[in-house]
Amino acid sequence: MNLRIALAGNPNVGKTTLFNALTGSNQFIGNWPGVTVEKKEGKLKRYEGITVTDLPGIYSLSPYTPEEVVARNYLTQERPDAILNIVDGTNLERNLYLTTQLTELGIPVVIAVNMMDLLRRNGDRLDTAKLSERLGCRVVEISALRGTGINEAAEAAVEAAQIGQTVPMHTFSGPVEHALAHIEEVTVHHLPPQRQRWYAVKLFERDEQVRKQLNLTPETEQHIEADIAAAEREMDDDAESIITNERYLYIADVLKGCYHKKQTSRMTVSDRIDRVVTNRIAALPIFAAIMFLVYYIAVSTVGTFVTDWTNDGLFGDGWHLFGIGSTAYEEATDAYAEQSLWSDALYQTVYDAAESGIPGASQLLDAVESRDFGAFAEVYGTYGEALAEAGYDLSATVDPVLEGAPDTADFGVWVPGIPVLIGRFLTFVHCAGWLESLILDGIVGGVGAVLGFVPQMLVLFLLLAFLEACGYMARIAFVMDRIFRRFGLSGKSFIPMLIGTGCGVPGIMASRTIENDRDRKMTIMTTTFIACGAKLPIVTLIATALFGGTWWVAPSAYFLGVAAIVISGIILKKTRLFSGDPAPFVMELPAYHLPTVGNLVRSMWERGSSFIRKAGTIILLASVFIWVTSSFGVVDGKFLFDSGMDLENSLLGMVGGVISVLFVPLGFGTVKATVATVMGLVAKEEVVGVFGVLDFESMTRIAAYSFLIFNLLCAPCFAAIGAIRREMNSAKWTWFAIGYQCVFAYVISLIVYQLGMLFSGRGNVPGAVAAFLAAAVLIFLLVRPARARTKRAEVCE
Amino acid sequence: MKTLREAKVGQTVQVVKLHGEGAVKRRIMDMGITRGTTVYVRKVAPLGDPIEVTVRGYELSLRKADAGMIETE
Repeated sequence: MNLRIALAGNPNVGKTTLFNALTGSNQFIGNWPGVTVEKKEGKLKRYEGITVTDLPGIYSLSPYTPEEVVARNYLTQERPDAILNIVDGTNLERNLYLTTQLTELGIPVVIAVNMMDLLRRNGDRLDTAKLSERLGCRVVEISALRGTGINEAAEAAVEAAQIGQTVPMHTFSGPVEHALAHIEEVTVHHLPPQRQRWYAVKLFERDEQVRKQLNLTPETEQHIEADIAAAEREMDDDAESIITNERYLYIADVLKGCYHKKQTSRMTVSDRIDRVVTNRIAALPIFAAIMFLVYYIAVSTVGTFVTDWTNDGLFGDGWHLFGIGSTAYEEATDAYAEQSLWSDALYQTVYDAAESGIPGASQLLDAVESRDFGAFAEVYGTYGEALAEAGYDLSATVDPVLEGAPDTADFGVWVPGIPVLIGRFLTFVHCAGWLESLILDGIVGGVGAVLGFVPQMLVLFLLLAFLEACGYMARIAFVMDRIFRRFGLSGKSFIPMLIGTGCGVPGIMASRTIENDRDRKMTIMTTTFIACGAKLPIVTLIATALFGGTWWVAPSAYFLGVAAIVISGIILKKTRLFSGDPAPFVMELPAYHLPTVGNLVRSMWERGSSFIRKAGTIILLASVFIWVTSSFGVVDGKFLFDSGMDLENSLLGMVGGVISVLFVPLGFGTVKATVATVMGLVAKEEVVGVFGVLDFESMTRIAAYSFLIFNLLCAPCFAAIGAIRREMNSAKWTWFAIGYQCVFAYVISLIVYQLGMLFSGRGNVPGAVAAFLAAAVLIFLLVRPARARTKRAEVCE
Repeated sequence: MKTLREAKVGQTVQVVKLHGEGAVKRRIMDMGITRGTTVYVRKVAPLGDPIEVTVRGYELSLRKADAGMIETE
């Protein structure tokens, strides 16, 4: 027995909960072909060979949103054996509207009325037996949350699928039925009778997709158009409105006598919450507070803590189990540093260096003053060489001290990190040097880069799942819509961008909460313009090295990010890819309710694992690629492998040398700056690693600022590219996003650098011309009128 | 022509006709705002747009521009 059951229903009616209850852990998650809509399938529990397909949550089978198109294409083309239609008992009228369309498909339908417990508590009454009799299909009472009625619903659906008895058609009013009969006769009479209805109704509604699908001749089209027009004249309304109206009238008629709503003016709990949360005065402060909390938990505290542990502990040197030994270790190092490191001479040298503005010296001075050995060792590691080259050599006093410092592993329960363990094993088996480097630096490093994001992301996904499930996410869109829609974004774009200031990867993944396809794509494309945590070192370095720590450099980076989003939103909104009817913002504000822990955890895990699978592959491959190109190269005329070779000599450096020409107009056309930019793809903070403090000092301020702009706005790191690929679910869109970001970054850098040079009296003619041209094109794209609204047929393509 | 856009918060109005065409109109109808439906205006978003209404027993939000397409009594 091989049967397929489709699960259909409105959004926010407990469909996911029911699906989980029906299939348990036996699920496969993918995407519907060609769209970013998620597709879930599972095997029905306690039955053999029955597949349940979870259709996207939809209100109607209209041809306007990707979700609706996916659902109706599945229903009409794949034709499941039965439809299990879940409806919200507390909101029957609107829920049954979809039911009236599902029953026309000629597929057996079983209705599961969810939230029956809530309905009774509200004092309402629903006679399901009577409802079943009137609709002509089985109606089962369930509570997905409590798990009651699930077995009965499954049984009814399986039975319906086996018997194959379809639902009798409800009738529209006379003139409509007349037209429908004609349409059926001339277009779909070759189909089995129970399948003709749906096509006839869609043709009556002038549904472009169905028209195309049926390949009607012009004569037939003319013929049915006459029928439709006749009905429209008689009913004094357009065809689409007639059908919608009559469906709702039919529902009202069905519910009369089997549904009694208790007339109350009492406010529900949900009403009372909403009164506060979207209150005119309180809404924005509450919104800010909730956003702060999300950011604080996901990015600042829990997120950073677990990410640090993954990066420095699990995929670093190692960690103290449960923190045992950490205190003892710190005490030992403090005592050690007290004895052998801190000295007046050291203090004096660092003080002098800080006085003369050597980058990093002031941070070093802070560490010396507070006698913080850990901080000192870290800052020294980054800036030690720069200090030495500037004439403040500390190596003679500091290096032996660092080497003799107490070993972390001697204290408490020390768990070595994965790279350490693998390294030991490889040494043990006498692995070849290059292979060891490939495994440790290339593969383990790459896997570490992927997994390093996971803990933080899981924390964020849990919060997002909560906000979505409890109903607040819809209110965010309600509150923020006014601001964001001007740039072709959704109010829900706020969260990805906020999270993006911490890290772009979870930021991009957070865009999943945006239903509208275009809004989501736009959000994915622009989120990484925001300066994330890893870009801050670049900003700090340039601000201190070249601008003497001027206050405005760091804020300007954020301003630039926001400006890039706004400009891109306006420009892209007017292009063909994003044009067409504006996304209808006609959105249900679901009642607030407490979600179950199980659903939250499941949603968190689904998103987290899909990141590991889809984005992880790209990140891993890219890491290995960079490892290969940076560890092989030509030194002294010989091609060889050296994991520690200078980047200039590596394959990567050679490629960098070639493409560095591209960056000449931007003021940083050197091999090193190019390689630094390429390494920025691995992780943005790598830019600082490659492009040391000293390299910046040889640059002009304008060139350095142009370098900063380019690195802030161009393609994000591989991890973020992987996330973009995951969320776009299309290689074409991923390339488009990356390409757009690079071109945009290039144009802005070009304008800033060339005009900056011009105004400081060092400009050149071709550069200035190019800059003015680029600026003119940019302004044109910004102010040109939007494309005329396109026909609806184009929208749904 | 009076539309839902002009209705004040706290007011209950009855829908006469829907204007406009395409995706937005269809969506509004699909969500249950059809000829003869009573719509209660619950509130306006803190920034002045969109609005929140009660229709057929549930809460719906829509932009003022779209509310302007809904003719009321």
